[in-house]
Amino acid sequence: MAIEADVVVVGGGLAGATAALSAARDGAHVHLISANESTLRQASGLIDALGYPNPDGDDADDAGTDAAPGPLADPFAGIDDLPADHPYRIVGADALRAGLALFDDAVGDLYRGGHTDRNALVATTSGRAKPTARYPRSMAPGLVSDDRATLLVGFEAATDFDAPLAADRLAAVGVPFDVDGVTVEFPGEYRADAAVTRLAHALERDEDAGEGRTSRQRLADRVRPHLGDAERVGFPAMLGDSQVEAVRADLSERLGAEVFEIPTGPPSLPGIRLADRLFDALDEAGVSMTTGTPVVDHETDGDGDIVRVYIDRNGAEIPYRADAYVLATGGLVGKGVDSDRDGPVEAVFGCHVPAPDDRMAWSEEGAFADHAFARFGVEPDDRLRPVGSDGSPEFGNLFAAGGVVGGADVAREKSASGVSLATGLVAGRSAAEEG
Amino acid sequence: MHDTHDTHGDCGCDGDEAEPSAATGEGAVADGGTAAAPDSDAATDGGTATETGGDFEPVDVFEGSEMDLRPGADSCYKCTSCDTSCPVAEVDDSFPGPKFQGPEQWRLKRKEDTEVDDSITGCSNCMRCDSACPSDVPLSQMHNTARGEYVDNQMDKLSREYLRNRILANYGTLAGIGSKVPRLTNAIMGNSLVQKVNEKLLGITAERDFPEFADQTFRSWWKQRGGPKVESEDKRIAYFHGDYANYNTVEVAKALVRVYEAFGYEILVPDQRCSGTPMFANGMLDDARRSAAVNVENLGDAVEQGYDVVASCTSCSMALRQEYPELFDFEGTERVAANTYDALEYLLINENVIDPIRAVDGDQLDLPDFAYHAPCHSRNQGLDRQAVELFRHLDGVNVEDVGDSCSGISGTYGWKEEKYDYSMEIGEEMFEHMEHAEGETGMTECPTCSMQMEHGTGYEIDHPLQVLEAALVDTDVEI
Repeated sequence: MAIEADVVVVGGGLAGATAALSAARDGAHVHLISANESTLRQASGLIDALGYPNPDGDDADDAGTDAAPGPLADPFAGIDDLPADHPYRIVGADALRAGLALFDDAVGDLYRGGHTDRNALVATTSGRAKPTARYPRSMAPGLVSDDRATLLVGFEAATDFDAPLAADRLAAVGVPFDVDGVTVEFPGEYRADAAVTRLAHALERDEDAGEGRTSRQRLADRVRPHLGDAERVGFPAMLGDSQVEAVRADLSERLGAEVFEIPTGPPSLPGIRLADRLFDALDEAGVSMTTGTPVVDHETDGDGDIVRVYIDRNGAEIPYRADAYVLATGGLVGKGVDSDRDGPVEAVFGCHVPAPDDRMAWSEEGAFADHAFARFGVEPDDRLRPVGSDGSPEFGNLFAAGGVVGGADVAREKSASGVSLATGLVAGRSAAEEG
Repeated sequence: MHDTHDTHGDCGCDGDEAEPSAATGEGAVADGGTAAAPDSDAATDGGTATETGGDFEPVDVFEGSEMDLRPGADSCYKCTSCDTSCPVAEVDDSFPGPKFQGPEQWRLKRKEDTEVDDSITGCSNCMRCDSACPSDVPLSQMHNTARGEYVDNQMDKLSREYLRNRILANYGTLAGIGSKVPRLTNAIMGNSLVQKVNEKLLGITAERDFPEFADQTFRSWWKQRGGPKVESEDKRIAYFHGDYANYNTVEVAKALVRVYEAFGYEILVPDQRCSGTPMFANGMLDDARRSAAVNVENLGDAVEQGYDVVASCTSCSMALRQEYPELFDFEGTERVAANTYDALEYLLINENVIDPIRAVDGDQLDLPDFAYHAPCHSRNQGLDRQAVELFRHLDGVNVEDVGDSCSGISGTYGWKEEKYDYSMEIGEEMFEHMEHAEGETGMTECPTCSMQMEHGTGYEIDHPLQVLEAALVDTDVEI
């Protein structure tokens, strides 16, 4: 026997969640398996579709295109400028549109940006303006296209956001508003390196912060003298956990200025909120989920279809059986693609990952150069089945989505979430057809 | 998968420092981090003196020595996902979090002049950091190791805290005595004066009601019943009931027996001791090792005879599957781990449970709606969803997941006077969600989570096996 489903999705990030939702909406009973807690918990919470289709546009003579390097106002407008083997070119702009629509429907009022095709510019902790297609509601008042005077506030305890530096950088790139930054001490007695969740928890519960005042009251007291003409105030994204809107409303009222969040690196509360919301949507769609257990083995039948996969549960191998499988395990960083002396390989099913034979050609000089390794991943057919070196599908019933699909340099293009949504949607749909 | 280090050049340890000690046979100190090697069969808990005498070669320091957690520490890239998921760090300002307790402390304490930081006693052993880690750092293994070292080397064995922790960790010993006269024990332990004395003398909180002993232990019931009622050559399980289902929640153990027999399983109830979970949590690794030795031997024999091991408590199954192989190397440890399952999990893998559940008319059953809490130790095994997903198929009975917060009690943690308030603050989110849930009866697999749920909300708490028993055994549905 085994745990039975129509479709098994391997991977619990944005691509896996999208594939599972997509298959479930097409009527399949889906079981989602994730090796660890969802990687969305480390994600910024921003949903980028395409910001820079040709990051080296200015100086890349060999790119063969004259596309603008970006940032793009309209992500869809950049798709035709991408290389032919890019996942967007394979699944098409309509898949991205449908993936974003699926996302909008799943997250509801937690997110903004769904009313338009255009990218928004969101200020980051490093003082850059990042083009993104969807952004959490808590970040909406902070958009760079808005011309209201802005104060950025960092905390001494939260060292990855230097608010004065971020303000200087934003001013230097010519944002259409006055911007200032200040660092304050987080109100209350906490250890110097308190966990972000500890501080978020204090704000959410509005804990007693000494001197007969609560943490929100004292925070507002500390920020007020620095307000100047600012009509909006940005804090690192740690304004509570599930009650962020209540915290924001309260602080906004106390300060007389609209309060917003700035996306941070991990640990990321917007990422955690997004993961929680998507998993609720999966639950509502009837998707079964197993988290914290890697897929370690699989069996095939005579036709080359996958019959079963096995997860490792602390030493015991548990079989899962489905008609179709979705591979959504991430790329090199997400550990869906592994590499050794012989070359890169897909980590769960051993699918072929094309790569230059000469290892020296895997990377270029410079941290953010046009590295071949950044595009490593399985090569998909038009239904997103990974193909072998001979061009035929590795398995008849395996479909790939997200970072494990090769051909995109998502870090430079600012396209990671969009690729996950578009390919997740198509892979989920293809798998449901099979099931 | 992890590299072993064959030269001092890349192992990161100080070659100059290690080599003289290697000559005197103390290489394992530089390696394992402790001077004491109480048992030669110890794995990570005491440091293994694998090499003694003149044969020792420095190049072997990292090879084949299972307690070397360096590769795991090196996998940590400080993303702090573990800290984010740590329920204690979220409320306790003095607790630096799993990243410090694990990989950082592991590095620090490798230097002989650095002692284990006493904040390690703040960890509640919920093990959430393990599943939060995207890089498979063996965090809880490091915590268990550090805690064991702290207790062995730094804790005053005559202190009130040590005595208290030892008593809490060895609950089964006390329970064995108390359960001989359950009513008397219940009366004494339920006495508020006794509770105050416990708090003053021992630091066991007076806020909690001591769990009641059943009139008859499960083992005594099993014996009286004459053992198994079903015989089978190919469907056989060995039941690991643990102390709590034996002495306190006997109805859970009985439910397991009835459900499994309904599915045609022959049940063996081997001799057993506490799984060791409360001992790991208190750094009492010698106690844990003694228990584990008995369990591995007896369960190993059962596995040998074709039985799979099934536990009704998710901390017990966690201990057998994860902590034993991580901390001990008795013969057969891995085999027992690979053949151990949670009770509901095992049925879902091997039987068609869903169709009979679907066939039951839930409205005809005398069952309430439930607020379900997944214990951390079920969550860590990826079992946190199985109850809600199974009971979705039971019409007329609503089982609602009350969210992913820790209940806060974490076994013995919430029983300690100085931790009680933190324990309740961690549990607050769960209490709120339970009260918002439609059901006014709780459901969970873990006996101490169950205590905390009851303590925080006043609800009665059932085990999924009891619901399964009501749906499949007490009805005439065809299985």
